[in-house]
Amino acid sequence: MNLAAPRDGYGNALLRLAENQKVVVLEADLGKSTKSCWFRKEHPERTFCVGISEQNMVLVAAGFASSGYIPFASTFAIFSERAFEQMRNGVCRPELNVHLCGSHGGMHTGEDGSSAQSVEDLAIFRSLPNITVIHPADDISAEELTVQLAFHENPSYMRTTRNKIPRLYEGKKDQIKIGKGIVHRDGNDAVIFACGIMVSRSIEAAEILEKEGIKTTVIDMHTLKPLDEQLVIEKAKLCGCAVTVEDHSVIGGLAGAVSECLGKEFPIPIENVGVKDKYGQSGKPEELMSLMGLTVDKIVESTKKSISRRN
Amino acid sequence: MIASMGSNINENPKENQTQEMAKKCRSHILKMTSKANSGHPGGSLSAIDILVCLYATRLRVDPKNPEWEDRDRFVMSKGHASPGMYAALREMDFITDEDMDNFRQMGGICQGHVDSKWTPGVDFSAGSLGMGLSFGIGCALAGKMEKSNRTVFVLIGDGEIQEGQVWEAAMSASNFNLGNLKVFLDNNGIQNDDFCDNQMLMGDISKKWEAFGWEVKKIDGHCHSEIMDSISWLDSVKDKPAIVIAKTVKGKGVSFMENNPAFHGAAANKEQLKQALEEING
Repeated sequence: MNLAAPRDGYGNALLRLAENQKVVVLEADLGKSTKSCWFRKEHPERTFCVGISEQNMVLVAAGFASSGYIPFASTFAIFSERAFEQMRNGVCRPELNVHLCGSHGGMHTGEDGSSAQSVEDLAIFRSLPNITVIHPADDISAEELTVQLAFHENPSYMRTTRNKIPRLYEGKKDQIKIGKGIVHRDGNDAVIFACGIMVSRSIEAAEILEKEGIKTTVIDMHTLKPLDEQLVIEKAKLCGCAVTVEDHSVIGGLAGAVSECLGKEFPIPIENVGVKDKYGQSGKPEELMSLMGLTVDKIVESTKKSISRRN
Repeated sequence: MIASMGSNINENPKENQTQEMAKKCRSHILKMTSKANSGHPGGSLSAIDILVCLYATRLRVDPKNPEWEDRDRFVMSKGHASPGMYAALREMDFITDEDMDNFRQMGGICQGHVDSKWTPGVDFSAGSLGMGLSFGIGCALAGKMEKSNRTVFVLIGDGEIQEGQVWEAAMSASNFNLGNLKVFLDNNGIQNDDFCDNQMLMGDISKKWEAFGWEVKKIDGHCHSEIMDSISWLDSVKDKPAIVIAKTVKGKGVSFMENNPAFHGAAANKEQLKQALEEING
């Protein structure tokens, strides 16, 4: 399977959007990392670096949006958290279409250690009215979803990842739509809702489960808000038990979104694979994923547990 | 008045006209806050002379078309001084007496802190200090990209500059050579809990802005001729941001409110209102 970094998808999308003269790009020093640097190279007159000042960046973007522009601002996921209140009061409350991208999210960030491993970003931004929250599973969907955001009538937060991960949507761009989960496998023993880097691992887990005679549905829930509730409920009814899988805290992210929906609409047993209310440390990405239980084995185990709870 | 676009945009009304308007606005502020029994009269009264001079003599805005794309932008960063802004918007015919009567009431368009979603003529949703200058930078950069003549004015408070984001923005504005960004700093010396210097030593505010690459001018923020001169000075500064540090008195015009931290966020009661209005209207 081909590997590619989701952050590259963001960079490519900005280049694709460049023909729209209303698109402007903002950086807070980390353009080389988030890949907005590619846009900067081609369109320096529409790229604004505000130095290391994320709070300032978000409100500068808001000023652009209120003046009819389509600003794409990026930093690391962890530093986007620093501008949370700015996103709340300066962007989402007045409904200004600022698109904030946080790259290098999750435990997969690795060696930089716990200060850099944002596992709360999806939860905090998801709590804001008027926002769209997205976490793509590969570079192709990151690119496609970023391009769609330019025409999207809401502010947004998107988390991308740094490392190269399996490409899932080669030649399948048409499947990717903001707010619509993507079904990867059909099975009625359990449904696995995943996002980001954990989608490919969930597919891997499903393959292992199938060998044991357990048939699962795997859904790439790249849009955490608005959640594709129709699909969540449909698959919950079909399978009767579920697993959520994310490189993020089990509090408030995909686990929260799915549980809130099903708790109200169709309560079923739900197991959560994610970071269990703790901080990480330095280490190689795969070491940390193992330490935090973000593995294929854990998804397999959680799926079986979910099925046993249903029975 | 400036609100009507066209040939009279730059016509300066006589100072007695702005004085008359300021007097009306002070009454609005006092009545609004008293009726709501909440709100921030002190910082509204300190800023009102600046607001009146800006709206009456300089801002290119149109109450008949509040969303006019090429209007000047006014960013009220110290959004708690909303009664001051609503009073000016009332005198400019953006809102009505009834709107002011419903200040801070559920469903009313005059929200506790100025809010662009609710009130015509409000460009920026404020309420959390330190954000307005960054927003103004975005507006100013957009104006430059459009090659527009629009100017972005921002009003900030002195307590507000304790927020770190203000200095992130101050650094950015000079980095981008924003000659179309103009700031007034309402230097009334008082914040929520106490005098500013008791909360955080403010030091030499002018020197701080100069050090960040801004053109700086100090004025008496209640003297209309000085305010109007400073507006002309702001317009004369090209290719870099400029700030007017306006020395003001919190609660200006009402004896028992003047320089009194108690009236940062408290309204006059019935008796106090009567006395205050007598003092304002003579």
